[in-house]
Amino acid sequence: MKRTPLALAAILVVVLAAGPWLPQWAMFIVTVAFARGLVALGLMLLLRAGLVSFGQALYFCLGAYAAGALGRFLGVSDIVLEMLAGGAVAALAAFVLGFLLARYRGIFFGLLSLALSMILYGLLVKNEALGSTDGFNILRSTLFGIRPSADWVRYAVMATAAVVAVGAALVVDRYLQTPLGRLAPAIKDNEIRVEYMGASARYAVHVKYVIAAALAGIGGALAATTVGHIDPDMAYWTTSGEFIFIAILGGTSNVIAPFAAALLYGLIHTTAYDLSPNTWQMSLGIALLLLIVFLPQGLFGRFGWR
Amino acid sequence: MAVILNARGLCKSFGAVSAAAEVNAAIERDSVVGLIGTNGAGKTTFINMITGYLKPDRGTIEFEGRDITLLEPREITRLGICRSFQIPQLYGSLSVFDNMMVAFGVVLANAHRGGFFSRGHPLVPGFEVPAEEAAERLLERFGLAEYRDRNAQVLPGGVRKLLDIALAMVARPRILLLDEPTSGVSAAEKFGIMQMVLDGVRAEGVTVLFVEHDMEVVGRFAQRVLAFYDGRIIADAAPQVALADPEVKRYVVGRHA
Repeated sequence: MKRTPLALAAILVVVLAAGPWLPQWAMFIVTVAFARGLVALGLMLLLRAGLVSFGQALYFCLGAYAAGALGRFLGVSDIVLEMLAGGAVAALAAFVLGFLLARYRGIFFGLLSLALSMILYGLLVKNEALGSTDGFNILRSTLFGIRPSADWVRYAVMATAAVVAVGAALVVDRYLQTPLGRLAPAIKDNEIRVEYMGASARYAVHVKYVIAAALAGIGGALAATTVGHIDPDMAYWTTSGEFIFIAILGGTSNVIAPFAAALLYGLIHTTAYDLSPNTWQMSLGIALLLLIVFLPQGLFGRFGWR
Repeated sequence: MAVILNARGLCKSFGAVSAAAEVNAAIERDSVVGLIGTNGAGKTTFINMITGYLKPDRGTIEFEGRDITLLEPREITRLGICRSFQIPQLYGSLSVFDNMMVAFGVVLANAHRGGFFSRGHPLVPGFEVPAEEAAERLLERFGLAEYRDRNAQVLPGGVRKLLDIALAMVARPRILLLDEPTSGVSAAEKFGIMQMVLDGVRAEGVTVLFVEHDMEVVGRFAQRVLAFYDGRIIADAAPQVALADPEVKRYVVGRHA
């Protein structure tokens, strides 16, 4: 039962220790994988309850803009503060929107979440102060007041990302073992019975929705500071599609899967783009097809690792 | 005996159909009450109103002196009124044991035990053992131990019924409402299942209301019978008396006096 925390600790040690020897591009891919993996981790929580959010980019983008706004308006560039702000803003938004969304299931939940993310997209595109369609650049990252030299910025961001991602995975792993966390498959199967057992499915969904949004917000802030630039496309529905792709690729069996899937997705994406810049979507499409046919339970499903 | 549940003047219509017309019933603590009547007579509507699934158009329901008429199903469950369903409501993707564990999880959460920061295995209120052990106990009591690891979706009909009832027992109800506990079960199994359920339930002094179409089952297990017809209660008496009532014979049992 303690396999997951041990594996997470091992991943953290490997990333921190191997980091200084990795080329810059590899660190970039790993860091972005942590960012996307955080979003997919949240999606996994919702998927376990049978809910597919087609609009997780809403919180990803909110997190990114919250991080960007810290630098643009307050001159703050600390990675940890950016992630805290991203997670907090996203969680707050999800708390409010959750009162609406937690009432819906199935396709209505999916499309409503998509609609909300497209509203944010529309607002950002029209907003001159936030750079309209061009977005704006983010300050170079600092960590606890230290400004790493150019060679070490990537490593500092990656290391922080690893610590935060492993921490988040541990928290979610623990959450899945609480009564509320265990309720997810029950909500998926039979909500009437959940109510007649004395639990509120709506409350449980609301909580999951807020956790998922907080994770997406942290991921967004992390992606923003890694890429160094943010724009409204972060809220666009195709971004949400990427996250669903990753979540499905990972499956819902354990909390490491979303990160492994995000890394694999990044590698497929990068390789496909390298080989054929104009048809990389096709390569991704084929990868998704193969996945659904051969690994319907996700990366870890076959091995029964829970 | 003291009244534990008191329904007064319950009315409920669905369009032109009256499913409850001035239903009055005072249920005594620690009794076993059979609800009989043809399909559409208002038995399930009565149960649905008590458990909060339907709100009556008029009338009140009191549980231990407290008005529960307008409470949500989960609030009523938490107060101690649990139910089983005509069509068992299980978690089809989970094993029998995991079905029980979800139920115990809810009970623990409602008792603020077993949360994010709790350590070890918190004790289930009422059982005073950890959830795993309590689950095994209940499965044993309802003869479900051998199905422990089977998927709930692929169980035989009678076993599904028993699991549905065992799930309702997790919250240690004061009143248990069983909606046709033996429907879909072979005639040979009926008495066995009812006996097992009532043994399992009555040991804890639970008041039981059950809907049943088999008059032999009613006659054998009920201490009191409420006969429904057209949204009204046309007889409320001990089984021998109620089942001999000419109106009941005519409208419910289907035999003319």
